Amino acid sequence: MRAEVDRIAEPWGDRTPYGPGTPWPVRVDSYLEPGVTAADVDAWVPTASVLHSNGDALDVAVADGRIVGVRGSARDRVNHGRLGPKDLFGWQANRSEDRLTTPLVRRDGRLVPCDWDTALARIVDRSKALLETYGPGSIGFYTSGQLFLEEYYTLAVIARAGIGTNHVDGNTRLCTATAAEALKETFGCDGQPASYTDVDHADVLALFGHNMAETQPVLWMRVLDRLAGGDPPRLVCVDPRPTQAARHATVHLAPRAGTNVALLNALLHEIIRTDRIDRAFIDAHTVGFDELSERVAGCTPRWAAGICDVPAAAVTEAAEVLGDARRLLSTVLQGVYQSHQATAAAVQVNNLQLIRGMLGRPGCGVLQMNGQPSAQNTRECGADGDLPGFRNWENDAHVADLARVWNVEPSRIPSHTPPTPAMQIFRYAEQGSIRMLWISGTNPAVSLPELERVRGILRRDGLFTVVQDLYLTETARFADVVLPAATWAEKTGTLTNADRTVHLCERAVEPPGDARSDLDIWLEYASWMDFRDQDGRPLVGWHDPESAFEAWKECSRGRPCDYTGLTYERLRTTGGIQWPCTDEAPEGTERLHTDGVGWAAPDDCETYGRDLVTGASVSETEYRALNPHGKAVLKAAEHLPPHEPTNDEYPLQLTTGRTLYHFHTRTKTGRSPQLQAAAPEVWVEISAAGARRHQVAEGDLVEVTSPRGSVRGRLRVTAIRDGLVFLPFHYGYWDTPGGDGPGEDGGRAANETTVTDWDPVSKQPLFKTAAARLTLVERAHGAVSPAPTTTASAPVDPGAAPPTTGGPAAMARHSAGARGGER
Amino acid sequence: MSAVPAVLRALYEGERAMERKLLETAARDAAEHEVHHVAVDLARWSHEHAERLAEAAEPYGLRLSRSAEEPPGPEDRGERAARALADTRSGLDLLNDLRELHLAATGNSLDWEMLAQAAQADKDSSLLDLATACHPQTLRQMRWTNTMIKTLSPQLLSKAGAASREA
Repeated sequence: MRAEVDRIAEPWGDRTPYGPGTPWPVRVDSYLEPGVTAADVDAWVPTASVLHSNGDALDVAVADGRIVGVRGSARDRVNHGRLGPKDLFGWQANRSEDRLTTPLVRRDGRLVPCDWDTALARIVDRSKALLETYGPGSIGFYTSGQLFLEEYYTLAVIARAGIGTNHVDGNTRLCTATAAEALKETFGCDGQPASYTDVDHADVLALFGHNMAETQPVLWMRVLDRLAGGDPPRLVCVDPRPTQAARHATVHLAPRAGTNVALLNALLHEIIRTDRIDRAFIDAHTVGFDELSERVAGCTPRWAAGICDVPAAAVTEAAEVLGDARRLLSTVLQGVYQSHQATAAAVQVNNLQLIRGMLGRPGCGVLQMNGQPSAQNTRECGADGDLPGFRNWENDAHVADLARVWNVEPSRIPSHTPPTPAMQIFRYAEQGSIRMLWISGTNPAVSLPELERVRGILRRDGLFTVVQDLYLTETARFADVVLPAATWAEKTGTLTNADRTVHLCERAVEPPGDARSDLDIWLEYASWMDFRDQDGRPLVGWHDPESAFEAWKECSRGRPCDYTGLTYERLRTTGGIQWPCTDEAPEGTERLHTDGVGWAAPDDCETYGRDLVTGASVSETEYRALNPHGKAVLKAAEHLPPHEPTNDEYPLQLTTGRTLYHFHTRTKTGRSPQLQAAAPEVWVEISAAGARRHQVAEGDLVEVTSPRGSVRGRLRVTAIRDGLVFLPFHYGYWDTPGGDGPGEDGGRAANETTVTDWDPVSKQPLFKTAAARLTLVERAHGAVSPAPTTTASAPVDPGAAPPTTGGPAAMARHSAGARGGER
Repeated sequence: MSAVPAVLRALYEGERAMERKLLETAARDAAEHEVHHVAVDLARWSHEHAERLAEAAEPYGLRLSRSAEEPPGPEDRGERAARALADTRSGLDLLNDLRELHLAATGNSLDWEMLAQAAQADKDSSLLDLATACHPQTLRQMRWTNTMIKTLSPQLLSKAGAASREA
C-alpha cells in the first residue's frame, strides 16, 4: 500500500484484497491541508460524511478553531477507515468566503441583511395570518436529505402537530422515495433488509441502475477488494453507461431508458422457467407467487430484447448468473428510482430475492439504496411523506399512538389523506393554494425537473418563501426571507445511512457569523408560535440535540426503527450502530427479516400498498384478505411504454445523473477546490456512433434541447448506450453571471430539459426518461471536454482528453490500521 | 337470441367513451401532472378493451369498428408548464372530471359483471376469459379516480384552496 495517493486521479485508492467471509481489512485514509501536520491538530472530532448516503465515519481535525482536515475512522463498521474523494476534500466548503452570516429579508424587491428577530417576526406573522385566513393547508415545508435526525423530527412535530399541515416532504422524494415505497410494497414497511457486510459474503452482486463506484465510493472499495481477493463474486450490472461496475461485470445489460420493468420481468421469467426458485421459502414467507408467475409467463428474453434493445442471450446469461447464485446481494439506485415505472421495477428486484429465497442471511439480501446522507432519517422521522416511526396514516391505532407520544388529540394530526409528496406540494404552490413554502437545506431551483416551471412557481407573487441554507443558492435568490444555517461540523446530531447505521456527528467548530443550526431555528420558531400540547405544555419540549434525540427515541419505541437502545454516549464510544437497537438487541441489528417478515401484518404494516401502475390505494380490507399472516408480498407489474417517446424532432433518449466528484447541486463540492477542479463544468455524453451521426466530436460545444429547455456543454464521446444522451445534473447558476437561471450562454442546469412527471406509486420525479435532440454550437478548436476521465464519463478514445488528476493538492495518506470495525 | 350482443355493444361504447374521456381529461387537466400522465396510461387499457370486445363481437354477427391506429399518446411538447401557471380551471373542475371518469368506469364495471355472468351461464369460456382479463383493469380505473379524489379534495375544496386564484 502506497503511503500517499492522488485521490482525484485514483478515487478508490489502493487495494486491500480479502476473501469471502473474512473481515474487510482496515485502511485509514486521511488528508490534512498543506502545511498542517498531525502534531498541529488540537482535536479529532468524530462525525460521519454528509456528501452521500454511505455513512463513512471520520474524525474532523481541528486546529486553532478551524477545520484543517479529516481522517477515516478505523473502528467503524461502515468504512473501516476509508474515505472517498468527497469525504477527503468536501469539508473545505464549510469555510467558503460566501457563507451566509446573517438573515436576509426582501425589501423593495431586494434581499437585505437583518437581525434574527426581524426575520423570525416576518415568518411568524405570515404563518399566523395564513393559518387564520386559509388554514394549515396553506403552509408547506420542503426539507433536505442532509440535516440531522433531531432536526427532521422537530420539523415533523412542528409541521404535523403544530401547524397541522400535511404538506411536509424532503428532497429525499427525488432520491429515496422509491426505495422506501418498494420496501413498503414488498415487506409492508420501510426498513433496509440487508447490510453492507453482505458484500463480504456474496458470491453474486447485482447492481440495478446503481453506479456504486461514484455514488458510494467506499462501498465500491469494499467490492473492489472482494474482486481482488480469493473466490471473488460475480457482478451483474444493469446500466446504460459504462460505469466501473459495468467494466467489472460478468454480464452488463444496457437497456433502453424506461424499460426496467420489461427487463426485470424477463429475468424473473427465466428464473421461474428454469426452476431456479426456492419453493419452500416462497411457501413459507410470501404471498402472490401465482400472480407473479402468470404476469411474467410471456416475458421471454426475446420479448424483452425487443423492448429493451439488449441481446436476448445476455438476458438469459444474466438470469443464469442470478439463478445460480448461492449468496445473492442486489442493490438498486437512481437508474431504477428516477426512471419510468420506478416502484414497479424496484419491487421486481425484491421479488427476485424472494423467489430465490435470498433474504436475511449473510450475503443474501437487497439494498434499496439512498442517495443522501440522512435520507433514511427523513423517512423514519416523518419529515417526508410518512408519519414518524413508520406509522400507517390509514391505521387509526397508529395515528392515536403518535398522538399519545405527542400528547395531542389524534384529530390534530392530519391523516385524512396521504402526506403530500414534494412534487404535489410544488403543484399546490403553482396552483396557488400553498401560500407559504419553507425550504430548508435544498435547492429546488436546480434540482427539481423542468426549471423554467420551478422558477415561475418560486417567483409567484402569492407565494411567501423562506429559504434556510449555507449560501445564497439559486433558490435563496427567489426567497422572501433567507436564514443562514450552520452545517455539518458546526452542530451536533445523528444521521442514519443506507444500511441503518446510526452515527453521531459532533460539533467541531463555531458556525460563521450569526448562522444557527436548523434545529435551533425551528426550536425558536416553535417557541414564537407558542405551539402547545393538550395539557398546555410546549408541544416541542426539548431544547438541544441530545434532548431531541431522547424525544425521538420515545417516538421510535416499539416501532421497526427502534432507537431506544442508543444514547449519544454509546454512539460516542462505539461508533456506528444499526437500528433497531433495543434492550433485547443492544448491539443493534445487522439484517432484517432473518426469521420471516416482521412488519407486514395488517395491524403492523406502514401501508396497505398501492397499485403499481396507477398508484391507487389498496384498501385495508383488500390487504387483510391478501396478506392476513403478514408475509412478503410478491407484487407483479406489467411494462408500460415511457410517456415521452423519441420522435423525428427529439430523436435521442435523455438521461441525467451524477459524477463521483460532486454532490447534488454542487453547493458544497463546487466550493471544494480539488473536487471543483476535477469536474469544473457541465458536459454532454453520447456514444461514438451517435457522434458520427450528428457529425460532432469530442470537445465540440453542443446544445441538448428537450421540449422544455436546453443545456449547452462540451461533448464527451463515451461507451454509453447508443441513442442516449447524458447530462450531469450538478451544475446550476450560482457561479455564473446569471445567478439564478440561464444567461447569454444558454442553459447549464440539466433540469432545464427534464419533464414534470413522477412515478404514481412513490411520487418520485423522473429524471431519466425523456426525449431530446443534440445540435452543434461550435467546434472544439482545441477546447477539451471537462468530463472526468476516471469514471463512467471516460472517453472511448483514451487520448481524447488529458487524464483527470488532482496533483499535489489531492495527495491523501493511506495507512494500514489495526483490525477493527468487524461489527 | 341472447342479449349478450347488446351488452357487448354497450360495453364497447362505454370503453370507447372511457378512452376518450381519459384523454380529454389528460389534455384539459394537463397542469395536474399526475392526473395527466396516469390518465394517458389508463386510456390505453380502455383502448385495448374496446379492441378485444370488437373481436369478441364478431361471432355474434356484430360489427364494431376496430381502430386502425395505436391509442393516441399525450400531445405533450412542453406547453404544459406554460399552461399550468396560466391555468384558470378551478380545483372543483378537476375533481368533477375525476368524478365523471369514476362514474364512467363504474358503468363499464357493471357491464363487465353482466357479461361475465352471462358467459358463465352460457359456458362461453372465451367470453369469460375476456371479462376476467379486462374487468380488473376497469376496477383499477375506478380505484385510481377514487384515490385521486380522496387525495386532492381536502386541498382543493377547503379554505386553503378556496380562493386560490386571487393570490
